[in-house]
This record gives sequence, structure tokens and C-alpha cells, in this order.
Amino acid sequence: MQGSSKLVLAHFWAAFAALALAIPLGAWQMLVRSPLHRWVDPERYYIAVTAHGSTLAYVFPTLVAMGFGYAVCAVSLGRPMHGLRLAWASLWLVLAGAATALLTVAAGKATVLYTFYPPLLASAWYYLGILTAIGGSWIWVGLMVSHFRRWKRDHPGLPVPLAMFATTAAALLWAWTSLGVGSEIVFLILPNAFGWRDSIDPGLARVLFSWTLHGIVYFWLMPAYIAFYVLLPQAAGGRLYSDRMGRIAFLQLLVFSMPIGLHHLFTDPQVGAGFKFLHAVFTGMVAVPTLLTIFTICASLEIAGRLRGGRGLFGWVAALPWDRPLVLASGLSLLMLGLGGAGGLINMSYAMNATVHNTQFVTAHFHLIFGGAVVIMYFAIAYELWPRLTGRTLPPALMRLQLWTWFAGMLVVTLPWHVVGIMGQPRRMSFYDYSDPALAPQAIWVALSAIGGFVLVFSTLLLVGLLLASHARAASVQPPLLFSLSLDPPRRLPASLNGFGVWMLLVAALTVTNYGFPLAQALSVPRSGVAPSPAGPR
Amino acid sequence: MAEAGPQRLPSVTEGSERRWARAVAAIVALVVAVMIYSGLHWTAVAPSRVEAIDAGTLHLGGEFMEANLGTDVLPDRSVVVRVLAQQYTFVPRCIVVPTGTPVTFRVTSPDVVHGFLIAGTNVNSMVVPGYVAEVRTRFDAPGEHVMPCHEYCSVGHEGMWARVRVLDRADFDRLHANQARASCAG
Repeated sequence: MQGSSKLVLAHFWAAFAALALAIPLGAWQMLVRSPLHRWVDPERYYIAVTAHGSTLAYVFPTLVAMGFGYAVCAVSLGRPMHGLRLAWASLWLVLAGAATALLTVAAGKATVLYTFYPPLLASAWYYLGILTAIGGSWIWVGLMVSHFRRWKRDHPGLPVPLAMFATTAAALLWAWTSLGVGSEIVFLILPNAFGWRDSIDPGLARVLFSWTLHGIVYFWLMPAYIAFYVLLPQAAGGRLYSDRMGRIAFLQLLVFSMPIGLHHLFTDPQVGAGFKFLHAVFTGMVAVPTLLTIFTICASLEIAGRLRGGRGLFGWVAALPWDRPLVLASGLSLLMLGLGGAGGLINMSYAMNATVHNTQFVTAHFHLIFGGAVVIMYFAIAYELWPRLTGRTLPPALMRLQLWTWFAGMLVVTLPWHVVGIMGQPRRMSFYDYSDPALAPQAIWVALSAIGGFVLVFSTLLLVGLLLASHARAASVQPPLLFSLSLDPPRRLPASLNGFGVWMLLVAALTVTNYGFPLAQALSVPRSGVAPSPAGPR
Repeated sequence: MAEAGPQRLPSVTEGSERRWARAVAAIVALVVAVMIYSGLHWTAVAPSRVEAIDAGTLHLGGEFMEANLGTDVLPDRSVVVRVLAQQYTFVPRCIVVPTGTPVTFRVTSPDVVHGFLIAGTNVNSMVVPGYVAEVRTRFDAPGEHVMPCHEYCSVGHEGMWARVRVLDRADFDRLHANQARASCAG
């Protein structure tokens, strides 16, 4: 793939190595906090939570987005890539940053969880590691933007391929949304971690973190959506229903997924009710690109199903090639997206949120959406790319088993988890006293949920085993990767659907209107500074 | 329909897309409307007073010094409960409140971020040091609720549980009439 195969492969292997480290930690946490296990040393538990969260929030999805981004860039633009050395440097920076952060966590010097809410304070090495990993991914952002611009310069007036357009939108979203956590670390946390300052405003820090906290979720989601648009219709044997609608959806994701982060702070005392409400309304807007995507994808699949002889209102669904991993994964992903989306509506509702805020309902929600709907698409993307990257095919039955076990495991983990959340179980605790009559009814659900964790460990091992075993087989010539054709490929597009200039201005303007006042207020509140509270020795 | 010529493609796709766009607009409008209605109808407004307090000195005097913590019955018979959330306990750890009475929780932290929820109710708030979280509610039935800390506050978080005991208003008045601050011990 235009000389980028090794690069893409390295990203996917690094990502799956990170996954293989983090998933067993998650399963262990589910077991030891359940009634199936006795009390464990809480410090060990929180070290495991910090490692699990930091790996799966900052490292694993970033590596998948970067690797898939390079693949999209090579295939959709169809010409040799520039800046491959920079790309490798960026990968090494992400890995070095991740290793630094995780070793600090393992040493017990950063038991702050991946959200590291100040005034809790970890060793400076943890933050420097996270910052290095984010900085490394910024090189990828630069490379994506540079490929996008050069191709446009060389093809004046032609539409940039949808796959590259969407990938560039994802890169820009990540660059903008990572500014929040970046400035929190640089301006608030590091001066305290180095011992230069002895005061931090936890309210301001939380507002800055919320700047990142929702955009990052959509950055995780982007590779899955890109696969829905550019890989799925092709794999199902059909056409993409509308190229333009895809562009509109990705532009909306870019514009609306960041200036809504205050919905994570609905119950925070340092943000006023008015801006919380404003962010709640904008959160409603971010449902639009998802609803557009579901329509376009279902319509594309219907084309495929009818081309394959499906008849009647729903006969085309049965006619789809469900034995193909990408089609199967997309179907399972959409099911989980539907369930998780329904839970998300409760979280985003200004008033209803109070019933579930910071309970296990929230943890269950994002595991179902990210761990389920999104990560299963990461697997499908890897399965689709693998023969083109390595020249080796993978056994279809085992790929399907891996996808089904991931789906089943994720449902067994998250559905009971939602239930105990509604019962009022708080999140992030290493131990619950199920002998207390108030907690006893939760015991059976938690035990059930813990079993799902081990199904996910099995699925992860199967994934890694499948991919490892492929390297031992002989390579052969594989058909090239093709992206879906749309029903009406655009010949000319308005500048607004073929570039990001005006949309980035809108992003900046919405950031000012939606975050300007809450940030200014948090900055100007007197006496709200607090002494940092070291978690473990500095 | 076999005789009809092939329809022009863009008119088919644009028509269906336009219908779906209307459906999307309706769905989003409904969600926002439900949100506004539930927020106004139950006046379920999140704790949002942006009231600052000096976390380093709050124990030395004023509203959150030790003698002031707990349940305070105001002259109009409504109740204010002042609570300190700190690593790794709530002060007081057992809170007593009457039924059928407006109850205002005022909570803050002298150290790190905490949170609290009262199981089986909609009472739920972050507790951010440097700020006072204020939540208003009313308990309809007597009973006992657990009140855990719901934000990770460092190693020891799992032990941070309090209880809320809701007494029938008459029982509450009989037991706590002569106390400056009602407590479970009384």
C-alpha cells in the first residue's frame, strides 16, 4: 500500500499489544470487586484501573486511528506517501510516552486513574508520558492535513475522496479536542508536579478536561464510522448511498463533538446552570450525524441486499453476506450502538442524569459504546487490512468466533452493569460490602457481569492468536483494498464540502461561545485554589 | 410499474434523505423538549451556584467548622444539612432528616474531589474543593439510604460510605427538638 504497509502493520500490532495488556486487567478488576472474590489491596486495584484506563483511552484508539489513517491516505489518494520518517518518529513518540506513563503507574507513583482529577497529583513522569503520546499523535495530524492539502493542490476542483476527507476531519477533531487536557497538564498540573507551585484550581482543571472528554470519544468513534462509509458497502457487495451525506455527517462530528463537554459536569458546583443547559442542547445536536449515518448505512446495505436477491420489506437483511467479518461486525456494532445510544440519551438529559451520574451506569454506557460498538469495528478494520498488509489470509470461521465472543462478552459485562448503576452503585471502588442489606440485591448482577470479562479475555487472546498465526503462513498475492463507490460519485463539490477552513472557524467560534464564559468564570473565582494532594510518593 | 422508465437517481435519494432529515429534526426536538420539561417540571436543576470557599481554612471557622456540621432545623421548619467530604469519610457519617420537608444539602471538601449520591433518590452531586455544592430535595418516606462517595478520591475511596436516616416528621421533632444539630446518635 504505497510503501506504508509496514507502518500500518506496526501501528495495529502496537495497538493490539496495548489491548492485550489492558483487557486482562479489566477482567481482573471485575472479578475482585464482585462477590466472587475476597477483598484485595485497594492500591493494587487502583493501579490496575489507572493502567487499564490510560492504555485504552490514550494509547489503543490513538494507534488504531493513526494506523488506519495512514492506510486510508495510501489507498484513497493512490500515490506514494511523503513524510514516512516523520510517521515512524510519531509512532515511537506515542510508544515512548505510553511506556513512560505506564511504568510510572506500575511503580505505584501515579494512582490517579486516567482522568487524574486534580488536586490529586501523580509523579510528573506520568503526565509527561501522556503529553509525549499526545504530542506524537500530533505529528500524525500534521501528516494527514499535509497529504490532504497536497492532493487538493495537485487536483484542483476535484473532490477529495470521502475516506481521506473523513480521516482529515478526525485528525482535526483530535488536534482541537486534545488542547483541553494538554493545557490542563501544562499550565495547571506540571507546575505543581515539579514543585514550582503549591496551588491548583480543581474546578478550572475539570472544565479544561471536559474540553477533551467528549471530543476524544468521537475521535475514538471516527475509525468505526469511516469503516461504515468506505469499507462496509463494498464488503456487503453494494454501493454507498450518498457520498455527500457522509461528508455532512463527518463535518457535523467535527463541529459538534467538542463544544458539548460540560455535559460531563452537570452535577459540578463550579459551572452555572445556564451553560450546562446550553451544552445539553448541543449534545442533542451531536445525535444528528449518528442518525444520518444510520440512515445512509442502512440504505447502502439495502442496496447490497437487494442486489443479492433479497425481496420484500426486510428480506434484504437476510440476503446480506453475514459471513463476511466486516458485515457481521457492523451489524453487531449497530446493535450495541443502539443500546448504548439509548443509555446515552439518559446521561445527556440535564435532569435524568442526576439518577445515574457517576454510578456504574456511566461505566457500563461507555464500555458498551466504545468497548463494544467501536472496538469491534477496530477488529473488523484489522481483518480487512490484514491480507493487504501481510499477504496472508485469516481463517473466516475463527474471525467470526472472535467477533461473536466480543459481542456476547460485552453484553454480559455491560447489561447487568447498567442495572446496578440504576440501583445506585458508585463507580471506581475496589470493594463493595455485599453483606450490607442495602447492597445485597446488587451481588448477583455484579457476579454475572464479572463472567463476561473473561469472555472478553478469551476473545482478545483469539484475536492476537489469529493475527500472530497468520505470520507463520506463506504469503500470496492478495486483491487490493477497494473503497466503496457511491451511487452518485460527486464530480464537483462546493468548497464547504471539500475542505475544512470555514468549519474550523465555526469550531473556534463555538468554543468561544460555549467555553469562553465558563473558563473565564473558573479563572476569576477568588480563593478556589487548593493544595495538591500527592497520590503515592512524588 | 414495469412500464415506468427508470426514475432519475438524485430525485429518489434526495426525496428519502429529505424525509429522514425531517425525522431526525423531530427526534432531536423531542429529546430537547423532554429535557426542558423534566428540568422545569421537577425543577431538577443541577448544583450550579458557583459559590467559592477557601478549602484551606474552612475548618477554622464559619459555616463548615465542626460544630456546625449535621442537620440544622431552621425557624421555618425546613432543614439544612452541612456535610464535609474528606479523605475517606463524610462528616457526619450518619445524617438524619425528616420526611415531607424541604432539605438543602450544603457540602464541600477540604482536600480532593469527592462526590455523593443518596441511593434510591435523585440526590447526586460532585464535591469539588474550593466550591460549595448545594442540592435541594425532599424525602417522602421514612427509611434508610446509603450515601457513598462516587468520585475516586485516592486509595481508600472504597471505604467512604455514609448513611441517611429519614424519620417521620413527628418522630424527628420528638427526638431532635432540643438539639442545635440533629444527629443519628440522638
